[in-house]
Amino acid sequence: MEEKLTLFKNRKRFGIEKNIDLIFKNTTLALSSLVAIVLFGIILVVFFQSFESFSRYGLNFLVTSEWNPVKDEYGAFTAIYGTLVTSLLSLLITIPLGVGTAIFITEDFVPKFVREIVGSFVELLAAIPSVVLGLWAIFVMEPFFREFFVFLHKFFGWIPLFSSEPAGRNSLLAIIILVVMLLPIVTSIARDSLNQVPKKLRNASYGIGASRWKTIFSVILPAALSGIMAGVLLALGRAMGETMAVTMIIGNSNVFSWSLLSPGYTISSMLANQFGEADGSQVSSLFYAAFVLMILSLVVNIFAQWLVKKFSLKY
Amino acid sequence: MIMNSLYYQKKLSRNVGDKFFTSLSVFCALIAILPLIFVVTYILIKGGAQITPELFTLEPNPPGDDLDAGGINPALIGTLVITTIASIIAIPVGVGGGIYLAEYSNGGPFSKFIRFGVNVLAGVPSIIAGVFIYALIVSTKILFGSMYSGFAGGMALSILMLPTVIKTTDEGLKLVPNELRYASLGIGASMYTTILKITLPTAFRSIATGVVLGIARAAGETAPLIFTALFSYYYIVGFEDLFYEMGSLAVLIYNFALEPYDAQNKLAWAASFILVISILTVNIFSRIFAAFTEKTKRV
Repeated sequence: MEEKLTLFKNRKRFGIEKNIDLIFKNTTLALSSLVAIVLFGIILVVFFQSFESFSRYGLNFLVTSEWNPVKDEYGAFTAIYGTLVTSLLSLLITIPLGVGTAIFITEDFVPKFVREIVGSFVELLAAIPSVVLGLWAIFVMEPFFREFFVFLHKFFGWIPLFSSEPAGRNSLLAIIILVVMLLPIVTSIARDSLNQVPKKLRNASYGIGASRWKTIFSVILPAALSGIMAGVLLALGRAMGETMAVTMIIGNSNVFSWSLLSPGYTISSMLANQFGEADGSQVSSLFYAAFVLMILSLVVNIFAQWLVKKFSLKY
Repeated sequence: MIMNSLYYQKKLSRNVGDKFFTSLSVFCALIAILPLIFVVTYILIKGGAQITPELFTLEPNPPGDDLDAGGINPALIGTLVITTIASIIAIPVGVGGGIYLAEYSNGGPFSKFIRFGVNVLAGVPSIIAGVFIYALIVSTKILFGSMYSGFAGGMALSILMLPTVIKTTDEGLKLVPNELRYASLGIGASMYTTILKITLPTAFRSIATGVVLGIARAAGETAPLIFTALFSYYYIVGFEDLFYEMGSLAVLIYNFALEPYDAQNKLAWAASFILVISILTVNIFSRIFAAFTEKTKRV
């Protein structure tokens, strides 16, 4: 790249050509700066819109769960708790499932074309719009799991997470649909990082007599760990911001409950539900909630990128 | 005994363990492909049954009268219009920005910062893009006094498309061998001629594939539209409709899935059918196309 530019600078050129070139370069420069402008614009606009609510409720907004437009009292604890619980629990299920699938795709248990089919099936799953998954969750998944939830409550009701009568739409269903949405992300990134592990490492491990899974657990997975971690964090960011499918199936109730079988709320579903018809200080409070969501996902994303840079494979 | 140790022994704990983990991994893969199969099957069955010619020509009826739900014409056209607006904004900006990153920047702090920004912007939740456009355009009525509009919806979607377009342009251009650039510059072409005539056309296939996938993704996005474009039951007839509420397939599915009436639910399935079939078709074709390009690529 360096070489190319010096080569270019040394040429004698006509004025018009020089100018067109300069204009073209500066236009592309301006267009690429637009990314930064949009990003900062989003952060600033959401922050300033939430300022009214921020100055009134301060950090109390984060720990109270009153949401009452009539009395003008707002707190987003239930939604923030719901966001964290649904995203973390769904991730907990997705990680083994996704990494297991990625190992299946990168190892040679079955012929290559079968693995390729599995790989593209998982990737196509990522292309299904979230609202369609929500529709499917309402009419197909919910009836399918209904009996199971009753069973769960009956036998594990002593655990606070299953302590309430299963509601038609609840947090656990949201977690399950989130697993479906995160699976492609975790699988494809884990597959890419497993593929990047050099063959030498595997051969060396086989050479000293390690079995296939000993090799996977002690050599391949540790070598691919940073990539997998970054994928997991990206998935976490997605899970926290995921709106439609969750909104359609979580039940949208601001009443706090430990139980996953009762309706819940997430920040994004609160925004989707209330933004259209909100006015007055409710709008500002919703912007405040949006700001919280944005900060959460920004932190997770930036951490993921830092991780990729810091621990990217150096073989 | 010593001879035997050279043979594969089934009962050895390491072999038993290997078998166990292998079947666990196969089990994971089986679970992983189930959702797609189930989702697509149900959409084909439930949505496919609703497909009639009237579906494409009628307006949807407002929920309530339990009779006929009507069609999805305004939503179908709305999705096309909103996605087109988003593409018109995001493709020039994204391709231009990508050109700067790949062709002009030399890995300095600015380009590092922009690449970082692109990744961060890609991670911004889609609903935040809607919130941003709501604050910027809808609540300020900056666009000729209109509030919710198809145009605002298109702008919200363009924010989501932008990182994809920049990334694919940047990566597509980086794959173009430097020799081509040297050759072009060497015979006296200027930088912009080189980019427009040599490098961009060379990278066109990979950029186009990425952009098309980005558009397909945007077409299914709902969250940024629900309070920017809102929804409309009426036909889109003229240019000025851009500045009023506009329906889209995605928002139609969202609204009608939550209705208690069977007729509206069926319409939501029909809309899902059309949306999913188009998105999957685009995805599968660009996959085949990309694989084909891979094979024919010159060294």
